[in-house]
Formats: sequence, structure tokens, C-alpha cells
Amino acid sequence: MKELINEKGLRIDGRRVDELRPLKIEVGVLKNADGSSYIEMGKNKIVVAVYGPKEVHPKHQALPDRSVLRCRYHMAPFSVDVRKPPQPSRREIEISKVIREALEPALILEEYPRTAIDVYLEVLQADGGSRCAGITASAVALADAGISMRDMVVACAAGKVSGQVVIDLNDVEDKEGEADMPIAIMPNLNQVTLLQLDGILTSEEFERAFEMAVNACRTIYEVQRKALMDKYFGKAGEE
Amino acid sequence: MRKMPAIERKYVTPGELIAEGSYKPIGNVIRIKDKFYSTKVGLAEISREGIRVIPLSGPYIPRVDDLVIGKIVDFSAFSWEVDINSCFFAYLSAQNVFGKDFSPDRESLLRKFAIGDLIYAKIIAYDRTRNPLLSVSGPGLGRIPKGEVVKISPAKVPRLIGKKGSMIKTIESATNCKLIIGQNGIVLIMGPPDGVLLATQAIRMVESEAHLAGLTKNIQNFLSKYKEVGS
Repeated sequence: MKELINEKGLRIDGRRVDELRPLKIEVGVLKNADGSSYIEMGKNKIVVAVYGPKEVHPKHQALPDRSVLRCRYHMAPFSVDVRKPPQPSRREIEISKVIREALEPALILEEYPRTAIDVYLEVLQADGGSRCAGITASAVALADAGISMRDMVVACAAGKVSGQVVIDLNDVEDKEGEADMPIAIMPNLNQVTLLQLDGILTSEEFERAFEMAVNACRTIYEVQRKALMDKYFGKAGEE
Repeated sequence: MRKMPAIERKYVTPGELIAEGSYKPIGNVIRIKDKFYSTKVGLAEISREGIRVIPLSGPYIPRVDDLVIGKIVDFSAFSWEVDINSCFFAYLSAQNVFGKDFSPDRESLLRKFAIGDLIYAKIIAYDRTRNPLLSVSGPGLGRIPKGEVVKISPAKVPRLIGKKGSMIKTIESATNCKLIIGQNGIVLIMGPPDGVLLATQAIRMVESEAHLAGLTKNIQNFLSKYKEVGS
């Protein structure tokens, strides 16, 4: 097995156990979308476009009392080392569902009956934790589209690597490590909208991982907020 | 009596705490116990009447009595379908145009409005369960024969109109143009070509600076500067 944490306590990419990867969020990157965003989280690069609310096609999918949220998480063929076939894989279909369910509690869908809101996530480059980066970026794109939201949604993973609890796992840590636990929260309402766990953690490790991930989410939330403020208020928003 | 603060403004993003206490939520806020959170990106306003957020983005949601500019996209034997830049298509019934005794055997809908025509219309009925219904009976309503169309974000229409129409009057008088503003974010400009160009620039400026205070003043300065250069 590879050595994932060295004797100095640094991880394979030189981070400490509780350190996030460099993060950048941009708002309104696509002209034709109603809302859009671009996120770089370490080597992850994801573009998110939001269209809607709009009429539902096919019509039988429409709900009389609320809007239908549809998500499509898709990895570009060149986003990983070995070309990924462009058709949606089993994994992508599952992640699309998971992302939809992580975003749904934050949206006030009852305000837009008989409509659909489409969220398209396009992963241009993947390096572990792309579902978390995708959720974070989607929330920003939805806010940019002006869809009513109870709260933003922020996601971050925690996990276990070489016997230590770490946050924001990259691709190698995800594959070689012992556990990976992505979580998404609504930071102001203090609610969890996504919690997955792949691997085994003891209950103490789980508590620690959960706490570290929530703290990381709060840091990411500030970046989200700043990105929106910069787009909409420019210099005036900094005061 | 508790002293009410004067109008307080704050830039907010969704989920942000605006205030705590007993206020009345007016719009784009949610209340959880006694805390008020924003649901949109915009300007939060705490005033005597309550708390609201003026959004800076968002779709157009039709309301009864709104005046909108729409485009005819389809027609059936009894009605036209109109794109009003919203998540719903609006319907304009033939009875509203030809009168109560309209019969599809005698009249052809195409005689009045063709596909692609722009109309200025009023929303006469809309609720959550049905698509909006339009009417073109009223002064100034009906087919739009000419003009230049500019699309802005529907959330910024109130700023373009200004307090009691101050902004629209400013732009109209400085550019010699007539503006028709649809609540759905579609603006029609009619006038001399250079006026239309200037008005378009002014409208774009309003859109990009909608969140700043003293906007009407800024627009006035912009327009007067341009006039000096032009003359």
C-alpha cells in the first residue's frame, strides 16, 4: 500500500489532515443559462448550469403542486485519466439522484407549481470528491437563477486515510484510503441533506469525521457567499 | 411602544439571517421561530411594514393586472398561445379580441395576430392551477407595430420604472423616445435611431447597477454627458 500520510503528518498532496484543497467559485459563467457557476476544488473542475423554472416536457412528469427538480451529473470523457465513455454510467445516474436529493430540501419548490428546474453538472476534470464540489456549485447556480431557497447547500467529504481522520479526500485517498464520507449541510438551518459512507469507521471516528466535515462546509459556505456577493454587488457588497 | 428603526438595507444571499424579532414577512423571506432568513440574492429591507428582500435575479411569475409584452407562438381555433418570458405560456382568447359572438367559422384568427407578432397585453386571470389568461382590450393594448425590443431581468423592472415612474421619465425625456415596459422584463423603445441607441445603453446601465443607491442621479448624469457630446 502507498504511504498516504508521511511521518510529518502531511498527506500525499502536502496537506494537513484538516486542510481543504484550494477552492475557487465563479458565478454566472454561462450566458444562455438562467443561472450558472464554475467551481475548482483542487483538481476538480465543474461547470453547473440551471435552467428554469420552465414548462415540463414530457408533460406527465409535471406535479400539480410543486416544481420538479431534475439533475444530471455528467463526466466529460476527458475528465479522468482513461477515457470515460460519454453515455451516463450506473455511477453517474446514482450521483445525479443523490445530488437531487441533497438540493431538494433547500429549494422552495412549492412556489413554482407545474414547472421543472433542470440542473446540469458537467465535470471537466475529476479528482475525488466531485459530487461534493458539484453540490456546492449547484447551490450557487440555483441562487444565481433566482430560485427561492430556504438555505444554501454546502458539501464536503471526510474520511479515513492511514488510520487518521481527514477531510476533503482527493482521488488517491478516496481509492486507497479506508473510508470516504461525503456530507452536505444547510449551514444556516443546521440540517444535513446528504450523508454517505463508503468504508468502515468506528463511532468515535464517525463523530470526529462528521464534525470536521461540518466545519469544512462552513468554510466553503463563506466562499460560496463571497462569490455571489461579488457577482451581484461588486465592490458595494464588500462593505 | 417599541421604537421602530428607519428603513434598514442589507445585501443578502439565500439562507442569510436578516433579523430576529417580531416582524411581518412581506416577500422572499422565510420565518423560522422568530428568525427571518432571505430566500434570494438581493437587498433586504426592514421597515415599519415588515421585512422583505428585493431580489436581483429570478424568473417572471405572472400576476393578475400585470402589463406584459408577449410574442404569439401558436394559435388554435379559439385562442392564441403567447410567450410571455415566464415558465408558463399565456393564452389570449379569440372572444376577447373579436367579441362574445366569435365563431371560428366566420373569423380567422390570423386576420388579427400572426405567429411572431408582438403584443402588449394585460393578465386578467392567473392562479397556481392554470396558465395565465391575457386581454388586449384597453387603451394602448394590442399589436405592437414597430420599435426596438430590449430584454432585461424581470427582477429589475421596478428599478427601471423608478419611484412613481421617475426613471422611465428621465430616460424618455433625455432620448426623445417612448418606452413601454412589460412587467415580464421586455422593454419596447420607440423613437429616433440615436435615441433608441442611447436609451438601450441607459437601460443596460440600470440593469447592471440596480443594487446601487442614487441610481436615477447616475442615469441623469450619464444621459446629460452623452447629450453634450452628441450636440
